[in-house]
Amino acid sequence: MANLGSTNKANKLSGKVAIVGVADTEVGVLPDRTPMELCVEAALKAIGDAGLKKSDIDGILTCNSMVQPLMYHAEAMAEYLQIFPRYCMAVGAGGGTTFTAIHHAASAIATGMADVIVISMADTMRSGLSREQALKVQASTGHPEFEQPYGPTVPAYYALIAQAHMAEFGTTQEQLAAIAVSTRQHAALNPAAQMRDLITVEDVLASRMIADPLHLLDCSLVSDGGSAIVMCSAERAADLPHDPVYILGAGEGHSHEHISAARSLTTSAAKEAGERAYNMSGLKPSDMDFAQLYDCFTPTVLVELEDLGFCAKGEGGAFVDSGALAPGGSLPVNTHGGLLSHSHPGNPGSMFALTESVWQLRHTAGERQIPNARHGLVHAQGGIMSSHTALVLSREVS
Amino acid sequence: MNAPEIAKILPPDTLLSRPFWEGCRQQELRLQHCADCHQFQFYPRIVCSHCDGSDLSWRKVTGKGRVASFTIVRRGISRAYEAPYIVALIDLDEGPRMMSSVVGTEPETVTIGDIVEVQFNQWGEDYLMPVFQKLEQI
Ligand SMILES: [Zn+2]
Repeated sequence: MANLGSTNKANKLSGKVAIVGVADTEVGVLPDRTPMELCVEAALKAIGDAGLKKSDIDGILTCNSMVQPLMYHAEAMAEYLQIFPRYCMAVGAGGGTTFTAIHHAASAIATGMADVIVISMADTMRSGLSREQALKVQASTGHPEFEQPYGPTVPAYYALIAQAHMAEFGTTQEQLAAIAVSTRQHAALNPAAQMRDLITVEDVLASRMIADPLHLLDCSLVSDGGSAIVMCSAERAADLPHDPVYILGAGEGHSHEHISAARSLTTSAAKEAGERAYNMSGLKPSDMDFAQLYDCFTPTVLVELEDLGFCAKGEGGAFVDSGALAPGGSLPVNTHGGLLSHSHPGNPGSMFALTESVWQLRHTAGERQIPNARHGLVHAQGGIMSSHTALVLSREVS
Repeated sequence: MNAPEIAKILPPDTLLSRPFWEGCRQQELRLQHCADCHQFQFYPRIVCSHCDGSDLSWRKVTGKGRVASFTIVRRGISRAYEAPYIVALIDLDEGPRMMSSVVGTEPETVTIGDIVEVQFNQWGEDYLMPVFQKLEQI
């Protein structure tokens, strides 16, 4: 049995750290901006949102850009902004980088490595990638010797998971399509989202097949954009302008790098990540008012709903059919529009799920506000369902 | 010299896995076998992933297995890969799982659970890659 970490009472992290500032840049097609410019813009806006000054920041976490890779990315941002931190690092865990960085930043604050940390991530995957870089990005996820020669594309890896789930549990293409549909319904309520026109299950099934059973509309967007947050201790957060959003639970799970070496195609390490995060928080799946789940392709959401405890293994399709994920449903999922409809600028992608969660828990999410939202679960994964982090966020410290 | 995007991707040469590729050139699929726990492993490693033993040797295996999952790639990774083609995960009879392709049949006729057998297709000038064919059709 996996070690699921310390419980709420014993751990040193739950409720000790808060998110106090958040900001997104514009997303979509931004050909005139470099990744570093977007990163800097997001960081400054988030610092301003927190009611703080540049000189208050003593910790910086970033992720490297694929378009503009830098040897010392976090140091480059610190230099650009003329911030001189005592904690400074670029984190790399693929799509899971975002919340892995949050987990580390929370620990750094709890242990005194830094007092106020800005986490800023941006990339320009839509406008900035050369053809050669794009091919390299496609191939880079596979094992160079025993996977890449067969020509797997990124959608193909996730299609292997979808096919296995369909064969094992009878999940249908329509159920996968319904995830893209409900995500778009959320995006339609978000003026910042890249794709806001409503779609139907029929539209998804009629879109071009990319890698069976995944159609074009089962795949996330390719975008430019950046997003940042500011974190500090719960005590310090009390003096700042916005309602703090507390990190009650954080957990990770790591099961493989290559899909051909995965323990299971249909159960992921999101299960351990979720159990560890719930365990630390003292809350359970049914306490969550919303969930933001990594949706690079529709089948990831299905597997995550099961692994994160919102329904039993194999019942993800039926759970989607119940309408739970849509606006007004019992578990609204990806309320900003997700990677499928809001934006997906590469590794920074799920930062937008985090800023959205903070707005939901501050009760400032406008037309898409979930009434009286108290707790939310956010999840991101990197690789091919390889590296998972889950966070339980709350506007209350219990 | 072909432009990079129109050449098939070739496995990088590593000392450890040369016996695997040499086997492919001789039309045989070889896996590492552990003398301590008597299990096979794939991909090749310097230790046994089951028991940490290091007494590993290469053995010819049956080349038979079943399709654990697959997808039909409709939009190829480059012009060197003519879509549609299959990317599959094959569970070998000896235990290990490997990524490969299923060839020699209409892609739409492949299903999870199909029994398959290895064959070797030319990949660039120097490599033969193990791919699989549905056994009923051989
Ligand atoms: Zn062994």
